[in-house]
Amino acid sequence: MSVILVFLLVIAGFAGWWLSHQRLMTKPWLEQGLAGDFVGLDRSALPTAKIGLGVFLAVVGCLFALFTSAYFMRMAVSDWQPLPLPRLLWLNTGVLVLSSVALQCTSVAARRGQIDTVRLGLATAGLTALAFLVGQFMAWRQLTADGYFLASNPANSFFYLITGMHGLHVLGGLVGLGRTTTSAWTGARPERLRLGVELCAMYWHFLLFVWLAIFALLAGWAATFIDICRELLT
Amino acid sequence: MVDITPADGIPPAEVAEVELYHPHSWWTKYVFSQDAKVIAVQYSATATAIGLVALVLSWLMRLQLGFPGTFDFITPEAYYQFITMHGMIMVIYLLTALFLGGFGNYLIPLMVGARDMVFPYVNMLSYWIYLLAVLVLVSSFFAPGGPTGAGWTLYPPQAIMSGTPGGQDWGIILMLSSLILFIIGFTMGGLNYVVTVLQGRTRGMTMMRLPLTVWGIFTATVMALLAFPALFVASVMMLLDRVLGTSFFMPAISEMGEQLQHNGGSPILFQHLFWFFGHPEVYIVALPAFGIVSDLISTHARKNIFGYRMMVWAIVGIGALSFVVWAHHMYVSGMHPYFGFFFATTTLIIAIPTAIKVYNWVLTLWRGDIHLTIPMLFALAFIVTFVNGGLTGLFLGNVVVDVPLSDTMFVVAHFHMVMGVAPILVVFGAIYHWYPKVTGRMLHETLGRFHFWVTFLGAYLIFFPMHYLGLMGVPRRYAELTDMTIMTESAHHLNSFISVMAFIVGFAQMVFLFNLIWSIRHGREAGGNPWRATTLEWQTPQTPPAHGNFGKDLPIVYRWAYDYSVPGAKEDFIPQNMPGSFGPSREPA
Repeated sequence: MSVILVFLLVIAGFAGWWLSHQRLMTKPWLEQGLAGDFVGLDRSALPTAKIGLGVFLAVVGCLFALFTSAYFMRMAVSDWQPLPLPRLLWLNTGVLVLSSVALQCTSVAARRGQIDTVRLGLATAGLTALAFLVGQFMAWRQLTADGYFLASNPANSFFYLITGMHGLHVLGGLVGLGRTTTSAWTGARPERLRLGVELCAMYWHFLLFVWLAIFALLAGWAATFIDICRELLT
Repeated sequence: MVDITPADGIPPAEVAEVELYHPHSWWTKYVFSQDAKVIAVQYSATATAIGLVALVLSWLMRLQLGFPGTFDFITPEAYYQFITMHGMIMVIYLLTALFLGGFGNYLIPLMVGARDMVFPYVNMLSYWIYLLAVLVLVSSFFAPGGPTGAGWTLYPPQAIMSGTPGGQDWGIILMLSSLILFIIGFTMGGLNYVVTVLQGRTRGMTMMRLPLTVWGIFTATVMALLAFPALFVASVMMLLDRVLGTSFFMPAISEMGEQLQHNGGSPILFQHLFWFFGHPEVYIVALPAFGIVSDLISTHARKNIFGYRMMVWAIVGIGALSFVVWAHHMYVSGMHPYFGFFFATTTLIIAIPTAIKVYNWVLTLWRGDIHLTIPMLFALAFIVTFVNGGLTGLFLGNVVVDVPLSDTMFVVAHFHMVMGVAPILVVFGAIYHWYPKVTGRMLHETLGRFHFWVTFLGAYLIFFPMHYLGLMGVPRRYAELTDMTIMTESAHHLNSFISVMAFIVGFAQMVFLFNLIWSIRHGREAGGNPWRATTLEWQTPQTPPAHGNFGKDLPIVYRWAYDYSVPGAKEDFIPQNMPGSFGPSREPA
């Protein structure tokens, strides 16, 4: 359970930093009048939707941290046989990076108000994300064709489970991206479109980060890394 | 007092208006409503309805325990199904949904001075997914083989094997699917509660001016958002074990002399995941109760809450600590003794912030002008019950004491006192307190007092004797106890007595339900602020509050939520949105 505890420690650090800006040492019973003039006490200047997405990403991060924790605990049992990762995953990683880069460019374009670039960027990001999903599915097909079935070994089970869960999150993101793309074509207000694009970019970068982390986990590098940490600590 | 209003007058409320969705038809106003107040009522009604099912299940269990062998239809299988569904419904579908979905939805926007939740559409979706989860759960009663009988902790391997009711039928599949749906729905609601507190506060409402109710619900929601994923992960993995034959949790095991295809899975892994959710869950239910009870006591004792800052710190501290104590539910799982030592220590440390809260409630009452209204009675009963339940927690938190008491009725008595009876008492107190705001009418007084005394005394008569049964060694989760040597005749009598009391207390809840329905039309008119309370929800122009809560302008907050009996003020309460300085001038220490 160490992975999830480290994750929660990060969240707790963030929460502590935020709380420390809320004047927790104040004596509210002695203060009357309008306290809204203290810097940072009212709502954050960030758009509410971004904060909402941030909280949601913390929950998603928690989910994958828990899968990782379970992965390490189950891995310790002797029947664990790592499966060879299909080379296709490298291509998929590249495609997902491309998708993320496309959205980053789109959000720069949206800030500058270049609507044509925004449309192009959104379409590219959507198509590459779809290509990633197809690629992941092909990787699954390849593995089952080679006889690595879901139930034949816990390493396989975790591979399908974690990649599947990540794929579902990409799929959910595509719904949001689809809505933003439609609004780019039907002529939404520029500031709304910009917010939508930025939200998509934020989600995409996060999912890319998660993918890189679980790729490292499934390939076994993460375990090596943890082993080195353990050696250093003991 | 320090007046911190700027010298050049009050700047206008620069709160960006929320884009409110305005309903166009009866359907969007009352059914598919995006108004947090309507969603709150929907959540509460659904939770109460499914809670009634759980109440009836507890009656059936008590029939079996109190009068064993009398009722033929209660087979051991049925008994296991009753305890499982009773536990699961009460903890998750009733208490969590009611505190966060019900009270959270109603009170957060009103108390922080917002027109609605920040994402109303997602909020509406949250309720409908919750309803779907409840329906899936209910459907398992009608599925072939009936609901699961694995115990509310659903421990593998037994949960998905054929010896357990529903293990190889639909029961466990529906249970796990329902949990997964519940968590998805809750996450949608939870995002709203958290972000509304962060971003929806009106001008002047700093975090340190929030009523403790909001602090409690806010912290509990943050915890729930981080804890429920553990249950989600456990549910998904067990579902795969059951449906697709993976071996996440299932070890090599044979059933009826037949080797199952599972191999090498770790049941302990499930326990870790389950309790990583399960322990924070205790505080997800308790923290809103702590917050609400603070407000009830302060309002009905006409006195400011003692140690507001400490209360806030304690809520946050308990929330953080509750994530590092989960393995105290697993002392008997064969863990390393040093782990047991670690978790016993963290468990006992939680007693510190909790004790701070109890002292502060008592000190708030000290020399207060205590009105023994029904909400106050329930609040006082909560303090006593929570202390009682907390003290047996000290027994069970210590490894050496827990091991012999593990899986006895003592544990049942402990957790019912501390996370069953105590939070439910707060739920009742809160309903008597806020019902006038929701409906515009008071609940019937005499019926309410009857409900309180029967529930309070009855709950003690049910759960106190259980401690003794537990100390005698009577195990929990046994459908049939008659032939055991520890079951002396007096123990049987005690069991029958508990059962009779359970029926009486259950009956009192029917009176309460009648009161809820009857008072909607026939209750005494309440007016806008019957308890003369300070917080913003009592200052709305209409009662019940209209769509958008606060009329044309949002309120501006000038003070904290607990200005009761301030010397020099005209009345014994000063609403949060009333400008001006009152009281003897004091310099901040």
